[in-house]
Amino acid sequence: MKILTCPVNGPRNITEFQYLGPVRGADAENPDQLIESLFYAENPLGILKEWWRHTPSNTILIAERHTVTDQIIATYLPNRKPA
Amino acid sequence: MPFSLLKYGLRSRHVPYGDIPKTPDLKRAYDVVIIGGGGHGLAAAYYLSNVHGITNVAVLEKGYLAGGNTARNTTTIRSNYMTPESVAFYKEGVELYETMSQDLGFNIMFSQRGQLTLAHSEATLRSFHLRAEMGKYMGTKIEVVNVQTVRELCPDLNLDIGGQHEVLGGLWHADGATARHDAVAWGYAKHAAARGVEIHQRTEVLGFEKSGDRVTEIRTNRGTISAGQVLQAVGGLNGQVAEMAGIKLAIRCFPLQAMVTQPLKPFLNTLVSSANLHTYLVQSSRGEIVIGGGSDPYQLASTRSTLDQKEHLAEGALHLFPFLHKVKLLRQWAGITDMTPDYSPIMGASPLTNYWLDCGWGTWGFKATPVAGKRMAETIATGRVPDILKPFDMRRFDNFALLNEMGATAASH
Repeated sequence: MKILTCPVNGPRNITEFQYLGPVRGADAENPDQLIESLFYAENPLGILKEWWRHTPSNTILIAERHTVTDQIIATYLPNRKPA
Repeated sequence: MPFSLLKYGLRSRHVPYGDIPKTPDLKRAYDVVIIGGGGHGLAAAYYLSNVHGITNVAVLEKGYLAGGNTARNTTTIRSNYMTPESVAFYKEGVELYETMSQDLGFNIMFSQRGQLTLAHSEATLRSFHLRAEMGKYMGTKIEVVNVQTVRELCPDLNLDIGGQHEVLGGLWHADGATARHDAVAWGYAKHAAARGVEIHQRTEVLGFEKSGDRVTEIRTNRGTISAGQVLQAVGGLNGQVAEMAGIKLAIRCFPLQAMVTQPLKPFLNTLVSSANLHTYLVQSSRGEIVIGGGSDPYQLASTRSTLDQKEHLAEGALHLFPFLHKVKLLRQWAGITDMTPDYSPIMGASPLTNYWLDCGWGTWGFKATPVAGKRMAETIATGRVPDILKPFDMRRFDNFALLNEMGATAASH
């Protein structure tokens, strides 16, 4: 089983988490970036910053994960990236 | 025929019989370079060389011939989609499959046995009615059937599923079919190569040289070549190859997993799928039960498998056919799918004038192999995108002209 570490609840089975997609560079509030934010999501071969939710505790978190190796590099609460 | 086969079998010295020539040296220039030696690329090479008379063509394949998603799909051929644009396109695909063995003189083991999609809720039944009416209007064989007919079409199906997912009816698509995926690619490759198309295996594209709005040169691991026209059809890595050419596509990579059981006596005469259970099953001509389902829950560009997803597939299969519980799995695998936001492909022109796209095939590419190849070849040969491909243009997202096929695609291919 794959383990994802919730910043609040510690290491948990990844099936307890819901994937919410990449952290978007484009700003949906900015009309010039609306189409990009709707349809052109990040899809790198490498490290992707993405939103996850720990379903039982409703904790929203950010994970940095490599999209080729599936290795989870870091998880943290939004706006609280460890130095 | 049987005697010549017997004589051939008894002969001591066999002359090796090769349909596909060995990879030649790269020439300096080609009229058309096709990136991607899978079903779509090879079909385009076949139509370019055999129909349009363009034979100075190179197919570049990073791995081995048809070893990517052409080898990993679950061989479902159907046209029961939601929008008229999609139904028209996939219908042409099914029709090309119907005559492909004869057209190519190559047995693709096409078996038109019909696809049955199950409804476990009233909401699903309503969407089936919509698809059935659209399909009838477009001239495909499709109808909503009741439980009694489901039982007749598929007598071994468990209809009550423990009361949790009771079958309320189904969508019966008599045009639904299956075929051998490798044979489709090999048949096209054989005929393209016979007309002089060069198939370069183990040839990876590393980058492009551009001049203005044209691609002039393609850098590969075996040298640089120049190309008049370029077709990109690289399956799971379409987003990344397009990026090398400076084109941003609305594509995200997700793995799609599948598996087969040990061979059983024939009992499943139709293709069965259930959108609610995210599972579909088909019995191959060898007797193996091919089990497929929805994509992985998160983005990944890797062909690794997970126990979670395999258990999920097995659970769905056992709901539908509980007597499979003692059957062993023979093989399992995954492929990288290039998913678009509206579950429809991206075909046609790109911002570059000599660079053509055949991408965004996500989980639904195999059924479109012949029609995508035929229509993309036509596009390259004439320099004009045919009307049937126009709705699939990459700019449809910018114009909010989406072709939503999520309901007709997800977990029911």
